[in-house]
Amino acid sequence: MSFNIDWTGEFIAFFALAVCAIVGAVMALNFTKVVHMALSLAFTFVSLAGLYVVLDAEFVAFVQVLLYVGAVTILMIFGIMMTKHQDEGQEAARPLLETLAAIGCLCLLAILIFAIRDADFPDPAGSLPADTTREIGKLLFARMAIPFELVSVLLTVAFIGAVALAKREEEPK
Amino acid sequence: MNMLASYLTLAAVLFCIGLYGVITKRNAIIVLLSVELMLNAVNLNLIAFAKYGVQPSITGQIFSLFTMTVAAAEAAVGVAILVAVYRSRASVNVDEFDELRR
Repeated sequence: MSFNIDWTGEFIAFFALAVCAIVGAVMALNFTKVVHMALSLAFTFVSLAGLYVVLDAEFVAFVQVLLYVGAVTILMIFGIMMTKHQDEGQEAARPLLETLAAIGCLCLLAILIFAIRDADFPDPAGSLPADTTREIGKLLFARMAIPFELVSVLLTVAFIGAVALAKREEEPK
Repeated sequence: MNMLASYLTLAAVLFCIGLYGVITKRNAIIVLLSVELMLNAVNLNLIAFAKYGVQPSITGQIFSLFTMTVAAAEAAVGVAILVAVYRSRASVNVDEFDELRR
């Protein structure tokens, strides 16, 4: 294992944002109140959007902020407000299950990290186009037009299904 | 250790944190949010490979856009199911969601 890290600007930005993301995720698991967990994960999502900017994916970063921070987190907070959480924080601890889960996750993490360290990543041949947002637009409406339309149909169907599921059923007379 | 390996390691860490949350948490909303965290780790992989892969290409970013859309649909349906189950069971504890086992 070698740590020949050259402290370029990109690595510093990556390191700071990665620490933010991991801290947000770990804090989310440690908080006892559900709203705090949701907000902490929103912090993680914002950090990931920053990482996307570092990776030259500005459009995806904006979509991440709009969709995850703006929509999914707010949806979850509405879900929290529509349900009751009085007895939170006093649930019985399950040490066996939590230990087993932690061991399993750490094993998976170790396998993944060893696989990543073993893998041989060749240097990229070429680079991304300068204006990635314009290229995304061109590709999305030319080559990816059919998947794009399919995804929009999927979204419509899913939201209609969500409305139908969450609608209060009529009382039988 | 080049940049791609760093991004992949961060994604693996986030994925495992999300997995731990899915397994251990009992609150259904936190389980849904942990699934979102795992999907975000996958997106980070896709975007890292879009820049640092052998053939840098914009397609990875478009894939991540599709993944985000599917994740949004999943979150909406998940919260709808949660609200529907909460009406009948008055609980958000995933251990009590066992109607299909009876």
